[in-house]
Amino acid sequence: MTQAVVSRPTAPARKIVQGVPMPSWPMRIFKGLVLLVFCAVVIIPFVGVISTSVAPNKQINESGGLVLLPKSVNFAAYQSLFSGGVVTQALFVSIFVTVVGTLLSLTVSCLLAYALSRPGFAAGRPILLVVLFSMLFSPGIIPTYLTVKGVGLLDSIWALIVPTMISAFNVVVLRAFFMNLPNEITESARIDGASELKTFVFIVLPLSKAVLSVIGLFYAVAYWNAFFSALLYLNDSKLWPLQLVLRTYVINDTQLGSAELGTELLPPQASIQMAILVVSIVPILIIYPFLQRHFAKGVLTGAVKG
Amino acid sequence: MLQRSSKHPQQQLSLGRRLLRDRVLLLFALPGVGLIIAFHYVPLLGNVIAFKDYQPFLGIGGSDWSGWENFSVIFNGDPAFLRALKNTLILTCLQSVFVFPAPIVLALLLNSLFSERIKRIAQSILYLPHFMSWVIVVALFQQMLGGNGLLNNYLRSHDLATINIVGNSELFHVLLTSQIIWKDTGWATILFLAALSQIDSQLYEAASVDGANRMKQLWHVTLPGLRGIIILLFILRLGDSLTVGFEQIILQQQAVGRDVSEVLDTYVYNNGVLGGAWGVAAAVGLVKGIVGVILVLTANKVAHIFGEQGVYQK
Repeated sequence: MTQAVVSRPTAPARKIVQGVPMPSWPMRIFKGLVLLVFCAVVIIPFVGVISTSVAPNKQINESGGLVLLPKSVNFAAYQSLFSGGVVTQALFVSIFVTVVGTLLSLTVSCLLAYALSRPGFAAGRPILLVVLFSMLFSPGIIPTYLTVKGVGLLDSIWALIVPTMISAFNVVVLRAFFMNLPNEITESARIDGASELKTFVFIVLPLSKAVLSVIGLFYAVAYWNAFFSALLYLNDSKLWPLQLVLRTYVINDTQLGSAELGTELLPPQASIQMAILVVSIVPILIIYPFLQRHFAKGVLTGAVKG
Repeated sequence: MLQRSSKHPQQQLSLGRRLLRDRVLLLFALPGVGLIIAFHYVPLLGNVIAFKDYQPFLGIGGSDWSGWENFSVIFNGDPAFLRALKNTLILTCLQSVFVFPAPIVLALLLNSLFSERIKRIAQSILYLPHFMSWVIVVALFQQMLGGNGLLNNYLRSHDLATINIVGNSELFHVLLTSQIIWKDTGWATILFLAALSQIDSQLYEAASVDGANRMKQLWHVTLPGLRGIIILLFILRLGDSLTVGFEQIILQQQAVGRDVSEVLDTYVYNNGVLGGAWGVAAAVGLVKGIVGVILVLTANKVAHIFGEQGVYQK
């Protein structure tokens, strides 16, 4: 009885909140189907790639390429990728660039954003203008290349990190978030005698986990996905990150032999290619669910306050 | 004691003393600002090579001035430059017409769903492609639509005619556009969904009382609620009109040839970094950058005239 009394008002209440009357069933089914098709278009390529990378050779040959449902699972392709050849090497480069790059980017961006978020910071205005103005135009490929060359970063792994270490947009988002923190918190920390650095590290950063994880994700994804800076700045194929390897052996279809793989174990090209793709996709798939709930928050702080 | 507080007027202290007081904050800001200056403003100055006959072994300072000579490809209409310009404009039109509205439609669809759970699941799936690199997106399209891709293998196994999509120069612009739609439509709904959630539900009730059906509500309540964000994003899009996807095109240029795939950015890269015509490439890049800034400022001005907020306030 109570159950019914409590639950009954909620159904009409929801209708009022939504403002529009419940659509008819055919309409709802139609929308559901459209959405299902969209989601399928996004998911099927991933399913195909992952399935093919573990599918048995016979099945791959029969299908002529991609397999959607593997009849059995084997990891031969991954074994040969991870036996110390080009792909293993590239994986280490990519992991190094992503981890070190993201840490440096977050540090540098947060420090700058925090300084800019302090009320009454003497140099705040001119520095903020320098940051904002840089978003208005990009300096162009040629002068950027010549600058990177000028500071001696060509053919160095740091060329993948240093030039793109700071994004003005991310600084603006972080600054907006820091400014929204209640002033009383930092104020009371200062009164208790905490230095600027201590206030920042022990008070401000722990309160900013949501925005830090989103901005960290943006930086990490940018580093992991960086392809053009590697193409532009690195001639030495030993320094190639995963994305360049992917382009050479998957998109341009260059044969990966035992010399490149460092093993005699040679599964079919198709499954090796798909395995390289999977190796470059999976890290993003792993961190994605953890950070997803913060997306809207992180993106919108920037959009509203920016 | 020198204490910073928003209550007391700052003017009592000289700038020098205030800077001294804020030295820790200055130190905080230093690495970030340094990086922005080194890799944004210094290259901006490096654009002087557009006016020089740049020789790598002489350096920027040592190379001779050449006046406007590098710009002659633009003013005299060099065929290779015109080809790049033409492809850029075609792609930018395709993107404005097909890529720009796609997330608005998808956001309206997601917003009209009654089940929050289905909406959340759909969002997490649809956001995903945004985080894939162009290399991955291009590779996935190859695997799905290429000569040996899923689609053609399916057609072949059913004795149907295959469709040549990837590597077909006639369909290249369509392919590029659909790749962008696949990659970014889901993610781009975030801003529109946020704007949709801001619309006062009383407006819908009032409209419904006045006898507006769902289409009329969409036209008179929903779309006006989205107007601000649509204009804002369109201005930003306009500023990027001459940037039409560099990595995406470089990755696929070999397969289709430059006639359909050369755009301004690839022209700069191919002629400058690969071809050694540094000055000419820098000149084209510089003009492209300036046109972009002018477009944003103009569009913003127009938005102000029509009483919209635009990107920034006056």
